[in-house]
Amino acid sequence: MPRDDYEVVIGLEVHCELSTKTKIFCSCPTTFGGDPNTHCCPICMAMPGTLPVLNEKVVEYAVKAGIATNCKISRNSKNDRKNYFYPDLPKAYQISQYDLPLCYEGYVNIENEAGEDKKIRILRIHIEEDAGKLNHDEYGRGSFVDLNRAGVPLIEIVSEPDLRSAEEAEIYMRKLKSILEYIEVSDCKMQEGSLRADVNVSIRKKGATELGTRTEMKNMNSFRSIVRAINYEVDRQVEVIENGGKITQETLRWDDVSGKTFPMRDKEDAQDYRYFPDPDLVAIKLSDEYIENIENSLPELPESRKKRYIADFNLTEKAANFVTGSKYYSNLFDEAVEVCKNPKSTGNMLMSDIARILNEKEQEPDSIPFSGKELGELILLIDKGTISSAIAKKVLEEMFTAEEKNPNKIIEIKGWVQISDEGAIKEVVNKILEANPQSVADYKAGKDKALGFLVGQAMKETKGKANPQLLNKLFIEELKK
Amino acid sequence: MADVDKIMVEHIAKLARLNLSEKEIEGYTNDLISILEMANIINNINTDDVKETIGANIKYNVFRKDEIKNFENRELLLQNAPSQDEGMFRIPKVIN
Ligand SMILES: [Zn+2]
Repeated sequence: MPRDDYEVVIGLEVHCELSTKTKIFCSCPTTFGGDPNTHCCPICMAMPGTLPVLNEKVVEYAVKAGIATNCKISRNSKNDRKNYFYPDLPKAYQISQYDLPLCYEGYVNIENEAGEDKKIRILRIHIEEDAGKLNHDEYGRGSFVDLNRAGVPLIEIVSEPDLRSAEEAEIYMRKLKSILEYIEVSDCKMQEGSLRADVNVSIRKKGATELGTRTEMKNMNSFRSIVRAINYEVDRQVEVIENGGKITQETLRWDDVSGKTFPMRDKEDAQDYRYFPDPDLVAIKLSDEYIENIENSLPELPESRKKRYIADFNLTEKAANFVTGSKYYSNLFDEAVEVCKNPKSTGNMLMSDIARILNEKEQEPDSIPFSGKELGELILLIDKGTISSAIAKKVLEEMFTAEEKNPNKIIEIKGWVQISDEGAIKEVVNKILEANPQSVADYKAGKDKALGFLVGQAMKETKGKANPQLLNKLFIEELKK
Repeated sequence: MADVDKIMVEHIAKLARLNLSEKEIEGYTNDLISILEMANIINNINTDDVKETIGANIKYNVFRKDEIKNFENRELLLQNAPSQDEGMFRIPKVIN
């Protein structure tokens, strides 16, 4: 396999929309959606004579992200203009940061797909403004510019080329997403474009020290596409090189439908951005005190939560890793444990059933539609013997889809309360024994498996509602008679 | 800094989406040469006793509070657009 002869080198530029109330340089709202051009003003529309004023929260959030990713924070920073022409960019330049980014030289720890701990270095984090949106209609009457998103604050988190596989890239990006969610600087909604990545991919012969020529895939906004696109691009590059060709440094567009990359008609001479300091804005100087205050205001980060879960709740490393992998899981866990006092079952339910349902629905933990309290109630119902764990799975499915989220109400409506009444179960047991004389004979002849069959039949008869322990006990009692 | 020549001016004109005539290119070449000569004089000033600055303005940390003020007049924002449709600027088709 020629692919095994090559090492894959990946770097990610992750763009993250900050969840400030207003845009980076004007007081327009950053709310997603809205009628076209209704979240706009003369500043973000680049009317002549307007001047930008930097939103203080943007600096604060970027510094938060920097501290949470172990970056150094610049005491002196500034904004620069990145010049290019495109209709989604009304000023014909993007205000960004060039040589003095707010944060630099950080890292994020990940555990890669092989279970190895790895440090992914972060080159820099800088602040910049988002562009607008171009709409196209099918009649070809033209393109339509909506500038609601123009001027929404972004941070760009640039990694060093430390990633070595598509899986590692996904793990790193998930880790970043989780950190950004924990520190509440972004909602990280990938489907709304709040979190997206430019992916740089190159390959080199194993053992080589020089980097190969890289290609860049822009604006990837799902984990699945990122993984697919990297794998496709690696295969393509291997094939080109194995056939004696050379990789051209270019920007590619990933097409999810065909599963291929295509060269993008490059924004002409886009490489020549002619950065220069924005004369409309002044320097940003941050004091040690300012940075310390932000550091002290940060919430508990995943790594520390993980340690706490293992120490206080006796969770396994695997469970603790999983639960702290997302702020949403972790908060749900905390709330549920408060109610049910059963961290082990809560962790297991998140890791197995809830993760499976989300996976089937192709959704992320932020779309879990019920509260931690409701999850805690569900676990309490199992622990009290009111429902079996088989029924609990059905209740959970209901909690995802039905209007009613309260598990107590759901089992009441559905009539799923476990039958723990000995008399009622005995009746069922006798009925099943009568109907299956062969199994009874088998059991008495020493075939223990027959008991399982009989219990299964009784479960079927009660639609899974019989208390399994009680059912087992009564069957054995009756069979011994 | 590379010397300013015709090729550089043509490149800059292309980046700025300017259509320049031969005569204009020649004019801008000379203009840019003298601008850079001026910049070169400034570059060579002795700055041993001058503190390092960021940007030309001595002010710093001019910030805005994160408070929403809606502009709420889309018509006014769009009124100078040569073409508009459904509240958006209509422009020649851009192929991605
Ligand atoms: Zn605005």
